[in-house]
Amino acid sequence: MKKIIPFALVGATLVLAGCMSTSISSADADKLTAEITANSFQSKGIAKVERLQQDEANRLCSAANVAGKPLAADVAAAIEAAQLKTIQWPTDGKFLGDHAKGEKIAQSGKGLTWKDKADRVNGGNCYNCHQISKEEVSYGTLGPSLYNYGKLRGVTDPNSPAAKAVVEYTWGKLWNARAYNACSNMPRVGHNGILTEAQIKDVMALLLDPQSPVNQ
Amino acid sequence: MKRKLALVAVLASSVMGLAHANDVEAGIAQYREMLQDGNPAELFEMAGEELWTTPRGPKNATMEKCDLGKGPGVVAAAFVELPRYFADTGRVQDLESRIVTCMVSLQGFDEAKILKTGYAKGEQANVRDMATYVAGASRELKINVPQDHQKEREMYEVGKRLFFMRSGPHDFACATCHAEDNKRIRLQGLPNLTGNPGDGIGFAAWPAYRVGNGQMWPMQKRLNDCYRQQRFPEPKFASDATIALGVYMGVNAKDAKSIAPAIKR
Repeated sequence: MKKIIPFALVGATLVLAGCMSTSISSADADKLTAEITANSFQSKGIAKVERLQQDEANRLCSAANVAGKPLAADVAAAIEAAQLKTIQWPTDGKFLGDHAKGEKIAQSGKGLTWKDKADRVNGGNCYNCHQISKEEVSYGTLGPSLYNYGKLRGVTDPNSPAAKAVVEYTWGKLWNARAYNACSNMPRVGHNGILTEAQIKDVMALLLDPQSPVNQ
Repeated sequence: MKRKLALVAVLASSVMGLAHANDVEAGIAQYREMLQDGNPAELFEMAGEELWTTPRGPKNATMEKCDLGKGPGVVAAAFVELPRYFADTGRVQDLESRIVTCMVSLQGFDEAKILKTGYAKGEQANVRDMATYVAGASRELKINVPQDHQKEREMYEVGKRLFFMRSGPHDFACATCHAEDNKRIRLQGLPNLTGNPGDGIGFAAWPAYRVGNGQMWPMQKRLNDCYRQQRFPEPKFASDATIALGVYMGVNAKDAKSIAPAIKR
């Protein structure tokens, strides 16, 4: 016992010294970051400083990244449940548009930067992160390959009851990816108004239409 | 010099003309190799050295007494230890903000006016050239951004938080593209900036000459364009957010060999 106490004291001193040499508490660092963020950015064109206001999902996912730990399961489930409620289903009940138009939307990475006009037609940025058709060899790898997306999921008739679950999931994933994966890196394409409902239908066709080059 | 520029133009157009996207990366690698002794960044470096040693500004003084962190007048090896804390301004500063400090204190330039000037225009073009010159004086040295001062450690923590901050219409953070190894946007390789991505990659490559648009970009412009693509509002020139990100990336890149000013796609 006598021997243990001095060791414990040395240990405590080291821990204390360690704390003093590291800089700042996590809460203080958060506060300083908020102050610096508020002073460091300016609105330019359509990219206003209001874009720095994080919603709850982004705030929680960013904090988890800073901590280097995944979200607690119940927190992730709560985010997914809240995001699922935001999904707007096609107003006319039709999920698929034109796959050729969808290809053009998938190719385009335009829109919503401070150089873009408010009325510019946005692109989907899809090829920046995903392989999609076999013909396009310039694709990114941040997301999974979507080549043969519909074929691999057995979609032969997107209007059939057998395809319903896959079709609805794909629509939901495009509208708000975070409904299925709380901190997914994929933009919430419908929810955040990146693409219109009609554009999402065209991208749906690119992925799910058996005639689409994606499914050949 | 003219001949060098003409060669650059010919090579650049041949690279751009490659028909197949797959060939582009190989073409650029080949192009970089061919340009090893003729990186156009060297032209900006030379212009920067001349600006550094020429009396200018309302005080008609040179920049030769500028303290970049290693004492007044020391340019060699200063770049690889930036950003760092400066007692005279009470701020952590990166290379470009420190150059502006010296232009104001030594030469009498108007700080507010420089901060408001657009990239590559007026005195901002001179800041760019001088930054390229100072970076070149640390070529082949290892990145060693200090964490001795309390404010340097605070800026690391702030930079980390900014790096992971998801927001805007696309929910993008720096980390969306730069937190994993061996990922690409289209064909462009993405350095993982949460650690040391290797010699001459990421933080250890800027300022760099960009072949794609024929422009010399210092780190401030690099970060500015990242934030544009991230769909964020614009970071102000030399703002604390940009400097905090520099500290975060620089400390993570410890011991990476600097090849700045590099040549890039």
